[in-house]
Amino acid sequence: MEALIALVIGVLVSCGVYLLLRARTFPVILGLTLLSYGVNLFIFVMGRLRTGAPAVVNKGDSLSSTLNYADPLPQALVLTAIVIGFAMTAFLLVLALRARAELGNDHVDGTAGLGEKPVKPVRPLEEDEV
Amino acid sequence: MSHLLIAPLLLPLLTAVLLIFLSGRSLLLIRCLSIISTALLVAVAIALLQVANDGQIHLYALGNWMPPFGIVLVLDRLSALMLLVTAVLALFSLVYAARGTDGPGDKLHAMVQFLLLGVNGAFLTGDLFNLFVFFEVLLIASYALLLHGRGAERARAGLHYVVINLAGSALFLIAVSALYGITGSLNMADMAVKIAQLDPADAPLAATAGVLLLVVFGLKAAIAPLYFWLPRAYASASAPVAALFAIMTKVGVYTIVRTYTLIFGDSAGPLANLALPWLWPLGLITLALGLLGALAARELRIQIAYLVVVSVGTLLAGVALNTEAALAASFYYLIHSTWICGALFLLANLIQRQRGDLGDRITKGPRMAQSALLGSLFFIAAVSVIGLPPLSGFIGKLLLLSAAGTQGNAIWLWVLLLAGSLATLMALSRSGSTFFWRAEGDVVSTQDSTNPVANSSDAGKPLAQKGELLAVIGLLLCIFMVTLGASTVLDYTQALAQQLLSPEAYIQAMHKFTAIEGN
Repeated sequence: MEALIALVIGVLVSCGVYLLLRARTFPVILGLTLLSYGVNLFIFVMGRLRTGAPAVVNKGDSLSSTLNYADPLPQALVLTAIVIGFAMTAFLLVLALRARAELGNDHVDGTAGLGEKPVKPVRPLEEDEV
Repeated sequence: MSHLLIAPLLLPLLTAVLLIFLSGRSLLLIRCLSIISTALLVAVAIALLQVANDGQIHLYALGNWMPPFGIVLVLDRLSALMLLVTAVLALFSLVYAARGTDGPGDKLHAMVQFLLLGVNGAFLTGDLFNLFVFFEVLLIASYALLLHGRGAERARAGLHYVVINLAGSALFLIAVSALYGITGSLNMADMAVKIAQLDPADAPLAATAGVLLLVVFGLKAAIAPLYFWLPRAYASASAPVAALFAIMTKVGVYTIVRTYTLIFGDSAGPLANLALPWLWPLGLITLALGLLGALAARELRIQIAYLVVVSVGTLLAGVALNTEAALAASFYYLIHSTWICGALFLLANLIQRQRGDLGDRITKGPRMAQSALLGSLFFIAAVSVIGLPPLSGFIGKLLLLSAAGTQGNAIWLWVLLLAGSLATLMALSRSGSTFFWRAEGDVVSTQDSTNPVANSSDAGKPLAQKGELLAVIGLLLCIFMVTLGASTVLDYTQALAQQLLSPEAYIQAMHKFTAIEGN
């Protein structure tokens, strides 16, 4: 199972990095999302892979029997990471839309590519959008 | 004392929440609350500085959970100093913002408070994952602050800044979880103990994670080759925000120092001083590239942003020397460089507003309405940032050079630091003489200006107002105080360096810590 998980993480991260290096904002956002999926999986795996092991230790258990339990901490960490990653992706999407509106194109540098007509900014932003 | 340690987190947090609820009400009320809260934060930081100055490591266990399982806040001389530097800078930035630059909308003050929460948290926490969380808090506040106001340039620079920091966060998570997987702990002191007793088979993985952490912190600190996002982002931010961001690179420097003296310090066995061979060349390269940028800059704010990069390079070179004297000099220089860069960003905004369409471009332009006043302030700030006597920049650089000695590689620091001072002198005399002496024609009346910059949100009125001048002069006065009280400050940074280089005390404090009895 370890090899499979490692492979999945590797594929997710490499796809994420590839998309991150693209020139348009939307692939970049998708790349960051894939990257964060890979990272979340990695955090989870760092608690070691175990099947059928409970995360909560019973009161009477001795120290040696805790070896049969799953590490609950990475699960808490991954939850935090998911929440933060989700919020950041949402923010980045809004920002990309705003950049598209203000710069007139969706290139990450805000400049139209070769052979493209520069487009005028879509509309001026309203006061309360700032 | 016991609960004072959490005050630097609670105060900005509660103020920020309150300010969000007050949004839409009187702007005067919001400004007053924000400034009063930050002034209180300065007072708290001074109190904590006195507490930390007894040389002990003070711990605060959140929720009374025992370390290494619970999250602890740690106050030592270094974190207390960083808290004070942040609070003072934030106070003057907010005073500046309150004179009109905080429009449009009224969210700037709340966001600044959230930023302070994140920065203070990063300085105080003793837990690596908690550090990640506070980094995210300060980053999301900084995204909002960077984009505050409008303009295509801000959207462009903001997009780069956000994307690169999100990628950095992903790397941070990989590094932290890999370290957790190896050591089974997230508490920095506990991790230091575990790293020292590491199974040699795990050492390469731990080293990878350690170097990955350096990449992440280097991204925040803007060390070469990871600083390219900085000049554009800082130059496009509104003035008080740019001034406040002067502390953000120092957060990166702080985390580098903390991590590589505590976790990967002298006693870390096979991984001892993991980052030092990297820090020395990278610091010097950052210094050199920052100088080239400052010389080549065509706009004043870009030039100042490159001076921020220069200060980071200087600091890192000092840290990489890893001696007590060098660390003491570096932290003296850190106080100076943070405040002076903040003051320069504020001053750049005042200059820019009086030059009509030209903004802060370094070209011959019309005379400024308050040429003499702004010119004198610019001169003082320039003298300080260049490192000419008698101001604090000179003392900082002198100490750094004397700490470096003349042995072996130190010669490079001498060359770069001295040539760097000359280059900064040239760069700033170019911009200063262009702005104030090569002016011709009449004073522009900014009313009929069609310049988008002058008309955008942060232009405000062209004439410098009393509050804005107060902010700039206040920061410069703080620099004077650091200069005049140099021996006191140096005694403190000396003790700070001593404390940093003997992390055993930090680890001991963590082990001896007992939970508070009772309910």
